[in-house]
This record gives sequence, structure tokens and C-alpha cells, in this order.
Amino acid sequence: MRQEERNGGCFQKIAIIARLAAQHDDLQPCCTFITMTSTLDDSEKEKARSVSVDLNNDASLLIDIPDALCERDKVKFTVHTKTTLSSFQKPDFSVPRQHEDFIWLHDTLVETEDYAGLIIPPAPPKPDFESPREKMHKLGEGEATMTKEEYTKMKQELEAEYLAVFKKTVQVHEVFLQRLSSHPILSKDRNFQIFLEYDQDLSVRRKNAKETFGSFFKNMVKSADEVIISGIKEVDDFFEQEKTFLLDYSSKIKDSTARAEKMTRSHKNVADDYIHISATLNSLSVDDNTALKKHLEKFADLFEKLRKVEGRVASDEELKLTELLRYYMLDIQAAKDLLYRRARALADYENSNKALDKARLKSKDITQAEEHQQQCLQKFDKLSESGKRELTSFKGRRVVAFRKNLIEMAELEIKHAKNNMALLQGCIELLKSN
Amino acid sequence: MAAEMEPPTLGDAGQTDFREIEDGEGFFVSTVTTIESPEPSSSDPPSMPAEGISTNGPKQEDISLDDDPEDLFAEATEEVSLDSPEREPILSDGPSPAITPVTPTAMLTPRMGLGTAEMFERALDEIEEDDSGDTFDMHIAVSDPEKVGDGMNAYMGYKVTTKTSMTIFSKNETTVRRRFSDFLGLHSKLASKYLHIGYIVPPAPEKSIVGMTKVKVGKEDLSSAEFVEKRRSALERYLMRTVKHPILLKDPDVMMFLESSELPRAVSTQALSGAGILRMVNKAADAVNKMTIKMNESDAWFEEKHQQFENLDLQLRKLHASVECLVCHRKELSVNTASFAKSAAMLGNSEDHTALSRALSQLAEVEEKIDQLHQDQAYADFYLFSELLGDYVRLITAVKGVFDHRMKTWSKWQDTQLLLQKKREAESKLQFANKPDKLQQAQDEIKELEGKVQQGEKDFELISKTIRKEVSRFEKERVKDFKVVIIQYLESLVQTQQQLIKYWEAFLPEAKAIA
Repeated sequence: MRQEERNGGCFQKIAIIARLAAQHDDLQPCCTFITMTSTLDDSEKEKARSVSVDLNNDASLLIDIPDALCERDKVKFTVHTKTTLSSFQKPDFSVPRQHEDFIWLHDTLVETEDYAGLIIPPAPPKPDFESPREKMHKLGEGEATMTKEEYTKMKQELEAEYLAVFKKTVQVHEVFLQRLSSHPILSKDRNFQIFLEYDQDLSVRRKNAKETFGSFFKNMVKSADEVIISGIKEVDDFFEQEKTFLLDYSSKIKDSTARAEKMTRSHKNVADDYIHISATLNSLSVDDNTALKKHLEKFADLFEKLRKVEGRVASDEELKLTELLRYYMLDIQAAKDLLYRRARALADYENSNKALDKARLKSKDITQAEEHQQQCLQKFDKLSESGKRELTSFKGRRVVAFRKNLIEMAELEIKHAKNNMALLQGCIELLKSN
Repeated sequence: MAAEMEPPTLGDAGQTDFREIEDGEGFFVSTVTTIESPEPSSSDPPSMPAEGISTNGPKQEDISLDDDPEDLFAEATEEVSLDSPEREPILSDGPSPAITPVTPTAMLTPRMGLGTAEMFERALDEIEEDDSGDTFDMHIAVSDPEKVGDGMNAYMGYKVTTKTSMTIFSKNETTVRRRFSDFLGLHSKLASKYLHIGYIVPPAPEKSIVGMTKVKVGKEDLSSAEFVEKRRSALERYLMRTVKHPILLKDPDVMMFLESSELPRAVSTQALSGAGILRMVNKAADAVNKMTIKMNESDAWFEEKHQQFENLDLQLRKLHASVECLVCHRKELSVNTASFAKSAAMLGNSEDHTALSRALSQLAEVEEKIDQLHQDQAYADFYLFSELLGDYVRLITAVKGVFDHRMKTWSKWQDTQLLLQKKREAESKLQFANKPDKLQQAQDEIKELEGKVQQGEKDFELISKTIRKEVSRFEKERVKDFKVVIIQYLESLVQTQQQLIKYWEAFLPEAKAIA
């Protein structure tokens, strides 16, 4: 039974929530509750875009995702563009897009030869509602054992988590577009413009099944390439260093991301436990008619307040730490891809040299070979020059982002801990004076 | 409340001991229990190590002498003598009977007249009055667990240190070594003496085959160390609860447990011993009986309290489960934080930007310290919160048991009454038959039964009265325990938060230093 619900995704979830809503009149239907309207004010939006910095500053092309909807299996994003550029038909417009459209745009950019020397911003990860979905199942199963208040609180917690996942996915999709719009070269890409402007469904342009299969092969070939290419002798110190660094860092940051995620999940579990404890303490206090009644009441109340703070600690840690690591893990992958493209160009150049020598030996097709060799060299030089630029700015960007997020995380941790302390000490005083 | 702790009648040692308790040693900073310490007597029979009891208070002493019927009172007249030969049966380490409850019928047989019964009841009253005044000055510590022996016959020995200025004890400070089965044996004896007359005897910690086997086998790992610590702490709490009970404190078995250097081995506590099996059989029989006894509750108080304790039981179990969950999750959090710390350190090493590298290494250090914090907090979650709840879940089982005994007492009384009725009917029939000796026999039986009925009623009234007092005392203790523990637990949470602030405030400049 549960399996179908898992596979059914959003729609099933709507069905479940609708069913729950029927039993408990207080729950809003899924669709409206997860529609994000522009209720976040600008300062909050600014804070939300925390993993990447200095985006969306150029007034000539401003992009954001003010609205999103979860329907059946899919999330529909409303991509809103405000521009002063004449290349666009209108100065202010919006289009609906799905996650797959973003993937198409990303892959198209990756496959564009001209951009071989650029770090293509990593594609946004697929919206993943697995965690709140699991929680909802558990909640449904455990409903009988909980009091009404407990159940309500757990439901609220579930809704909050669902909303958090939703916000996160909107954010990563938004950041992807903003990375593009703030890039001097990529922002002018024709496909990017189509993505922003084309008011019909993009699905005709998206990969069909055959093409997806094709790209799978391409990835396989690429891996083989990587093996060969990492064996190539590097001519440039800068790139040699970068290669060593990125290869090592990439695996380390992947590991850190996974562990940070586990850590923040545990934190959430602790916060959830506080809900159950608070609810039972409440029941105890209601039934109690000794001098303990007030104590239990205050104790229950305290746990309720504490769990809200702990919940915020967990989600702030997730945003500032886990998401930071995750984003740069993907970004580093994109940087690695650039290195590999350049290495391939180097390999091509070296092969063209060999071909030229052969041609000269055979005195056949020398001009062709010379031309080919020149092309390869040019391509390689271009990639190297652009690559150096990109990688340097990447490092700067990375350092700035880490700094910002680590500072913010530390500040939030301090704020929450102080909050906790105030709550705890207040309660202790109250109890001691009783 | 702390101000009340002026022990005017106790010796100098009392003062220091009090301070110890005040400093919050252990979890049970109890300051109020009523024991009236009698004047030391000079006529102590030397064979009784725990005797500091004056003979001018025989009334009080009576209370602790509820015991086997084949005992002292059989020979006593108006006054109960405390001479050794009569005392011995009480201290016998015979099969700790888990057999059918022994009613103190012998003690209060009609032969004694109503004198003893009155004395007994008056003594109870006195104890109640004492509740408001005197000081309880006793501290027991269980420490130094040491493995004795090898292989499957090995066991853990614990040091039991009693510090007290109360004069019923022969010394101010005593240290003995005891093993787990000794504690179980003590509980078993107390239960058999007091449970069936309505006293709430604190339950002993539970056995654990898995836990002990690991220890026996010599597995020196974290989980067996935790197990031993958990048990040590539970044993300490058990003893403190037991001695806080004014009646149990004076029980000679308790005193012997605390003071005598050698204790006969309580073999009957083993699950597979004869007594153990008997216990199991009786438990089953009890359960069946409980279902068949339908009591006419004439006293609303009991009805109400019974319901109350049922509810409390449910809620406490639920809370206990939730807190155990919390302990588990916090331990997980600690482990995951440590694992993240390691990977952050590696990331920092791999990072080629110097300032960022340093910051990441600092982050790793902070997270490592935080993992320790979480571990400590989980420890507090468990030993302060979870164990308290576990103890009370078990205590309430004892309370419910006492209520059940009252029901049994009532049932017994009713049965005797029915029997009497039958005999009377039979007798009236015999009146018309011409069988003079049978008639005489019937009349004798009736006389005896009438006595038994009277006794049954008295027993029932007595147990009802005892339970009322016990419940009142229990509730007071519960309120105190919880109040104290709640505050201690909150203070542990405060500590954790304070440390968190410290660590993150130390980290912040490092993060800001990234250039």
C-alpha cells in the first residue's frame, strides 16, 4: 500500500493530505499550501540566496522565481524576467518551467563548443520530497498513539519540512538562472533567451528517450576519457596544481556533504522528540492534582518552545552548512569538467602534431594537417586562457561564499543558543520560586 | 526547606552529614523523612548488631516485626520482648519466601487482646505525625564495581557505603561489599514481609542476562562499562529509596544488609532456583485470581486513586519511551557530529586557500567539541530524566500491587464470612438432628470462624489505612523527586547551551578572518 503512495509522488501526497484534512478540518489542501507567493520580502529573499553571492545585481537582466506549484509529480516554477536589453521582446514577463527544462538548458550549454572554456553552472538537483514523504507515512502510521495536540504539532512540523524542501528547490533553481544571467558570456546565449522567453511548452526541445540514452553513452565515454586524460602530462603549472587540488577536494567535499546531511537530520530528530515529550508532559500535568502540576505544565511548555529553537538550529545548519557544501560539490564538478575539456583539447592538439609529422613524412595532405594543427592549438590556447580566468574567479567566489556562510552559521548558532539559555533560565527561576 | 535541617537531637556527625546531602550529592536530595531516633539503649543484646533500640519504645519496634507466624508473638504476653532468641527467625536467611502472603494474624490474634492492634495503629499515627518534623539523615553510596572471579561464575561486587548519624545504626560510617543478588535478596525479603500488608516496597533493579553475560565474559568495551554504571546508579537509588521509607529503614534485614560484613548468599533470587519457579507459578496464579475477584468498593478514595495510578502508569510509560528515543537520537547526533568533524578536518587539509583552510580546521575542532557536548547531554538525558521515569514506572507497579493485596485481603475476609454463614446454616440443621458431638464440633468451628471473620475485617481495615498513609507518603516523595530532577535536568541543558555559545563565539573571529 505504501509503495504505491511512494511512487505516486505529489499527487498521492495531495490525496493523503486531503484525506487527513477531511479528518481534521484544520489542514489546508496541498496545492495552495505549497504555492509560494511573493510573500517573502526582499530582505528575506536576499538571505535565502545564501549559497552564491553577488548575483542578480545587474539591472539589465534580473531573474527570479516568485512562484512555484507542486502538481502531481512535478514542480512548476514561474520564471520571471525583468530586462532592459533589446534582445528580448518584452521588458517584463514570466513563463512556467519544469525541472526538466532547466536540465535541458544546462546540457545544451555544456554541449556548446564555444563554452568549452567556461565553468558551466551546475544543474539544479531534482526536487526531492522523499524525506517529508517518509515522515508523513510515519505520522499516518503513528496517529493512533498520539494525542490530538501531539498529532497537530507533528503535522505542523511535517508541513514546515515540506515547505523547507520546497523553498530549497526553488532557491537552487533560481540561483542556477542567476549564475547564467550574471555571466558575461553565458547570459547572451540564445538557448538561455529561449528558456526565459518562449511562452510555449519547451518539451519539444527537450531530450526524448533516445537522446537521453545517447547522453548516457556520452557520459560513459567521458569517464573513459577522464582516465586517459588524467594520465596526460600537463604543460602548465597552474593547471597541474588545479587538477591535483580539484580532484582531491572534490572527493573530500562530497564526503563532507553527506556527513553534514546526516548530522542535520539527527538534529531534526532530536527536535521532533521534544514534541512528543512536551505533549506527554502536558497530559501528565492535566491529570496531576499534586504540587507537581504547575511544574509539569511549565516543563511541557518549555519543551515546546525549545523544540522550535532546535528546529531552527537544524534548518539553519542545513542551509548554511549542508547546502553550502552541496552546492560547491556540484560547482567543483563543473570546474573539473572544464579541466577535462581542456585536457581533451590538449590531447587533440598533441594528436594533431603527430598527424602533421606523419603527413610531412609522407608528404601528403600537409596543408590539411597544418590547418588542423593550428585549429587544435587555437582551441587549446583559448580554453587555457578562459579556463585560467574561470578557475581563478571560481576560487574567489568559493572563498567568499564559505566565509559568508560560516559567519552566518556561527552567528545563528550563537543567537539560538542564547535564546535557548534565556528560555531555560527563565523556566528554572519560575520553578524554583514556586 | 533547607532551613529546617537543624537536627537538634542528633550528634555532631549529623551536621556534616547534612551538608553532604545539601550539596546535592546523588540525585535524591531528600531532606524530609520522618524517623524519630530513639535514645540509645544500654541494654542491647550484643548479638544484635543493629540494635540501638530502647526498650521504652516497644510500640514502635512492633511495627518492624511483622513476620513469620511461627515466631515470637506466639510466646509473648502483653509486652513484646526483644530478646535475641525471638529475633532470630526474622533474620533467618531461609528461602526468601515468595510463597503465599503471610498475614500477621499471629501477631494480632485475639489471644493478644486488642492491645497490640491498638499499639500498632497508634504507632502508625505517631509516624504520621513525625512526618512533619524530624530529619532524615542518611546517605548511601554504591561505588567501585569490581569483577570477582572468572567465566560464567564471575560477578560484580559493589561497595556500599552508609553514612549516617542516626543512632539505630551502630556506626556513623559503614562500608560493606555486596553483589547484585544480595540486593535482590533484600528486596525479596522486604517484599514478603511488607507488601501484603500495604507497604509500598521499592522494587529492585531488574536483572539483565545480556548485560551480565557480557561483563562475565570479560568484554571490556563501552557498552559493558555503560551497563555496569547504569546498574551501579540504579542500585544506589534503590537503596536510598528503601531507607527513606520510615518502616523499612528500621527493618533488621535492611540494617544487616548495610552493616554486616558477611551476608549469606541469596540463592533463591536466581530465576531457575526452586524459589524462582515458585515465584513464577504464584505470579500466574495471582494474575488469574485478580481477574476473578470482583470487589465491592465502598470507599471512593480507593476507586479514585486506583484510576489515578492507572493513568499515571500509562503516561509515565509513554514519556519514558519518548525520552529513551531522545537519548538514542542525541547519541546518534553526537556520533554524526564527530564523523562530520573528521571530514571537515580533511576538507580543511585539502583546501588550498590558506585562511579558508584554517577556518575549516577550526570548524572541525568546534564540531568535535560539540560532539562531546551532545554525548554529555545524552548522558544527562538518560541518568536524570529517563532513569527517574523508569524508576517510577516500576514503583507504580509496586503501588498497584499493594492495591491488589488489599483486594485479596477483602476477598479472603469475604470468603471467610461466606464460610461462616454456611457453617451456621449447617449448624442450625444439626440442631434438629440428634448428633450432639457433631453439633458441638460445628459450634466450635463457628466460634473459630467468627474470630477469623473479625480478624479478616481488621486486616482489611488495617491494610486500607496503611495504604492511605503509604500513598500519601509516596505522592509526597514523587513530587519532591520530580521537582528536584526537573531542575537538575534543566540545569544540564543550560550548561550545554552555555558551552555552545562559548565554542561558536570562539569560532566566529576565525570565520571572519577568511580573506
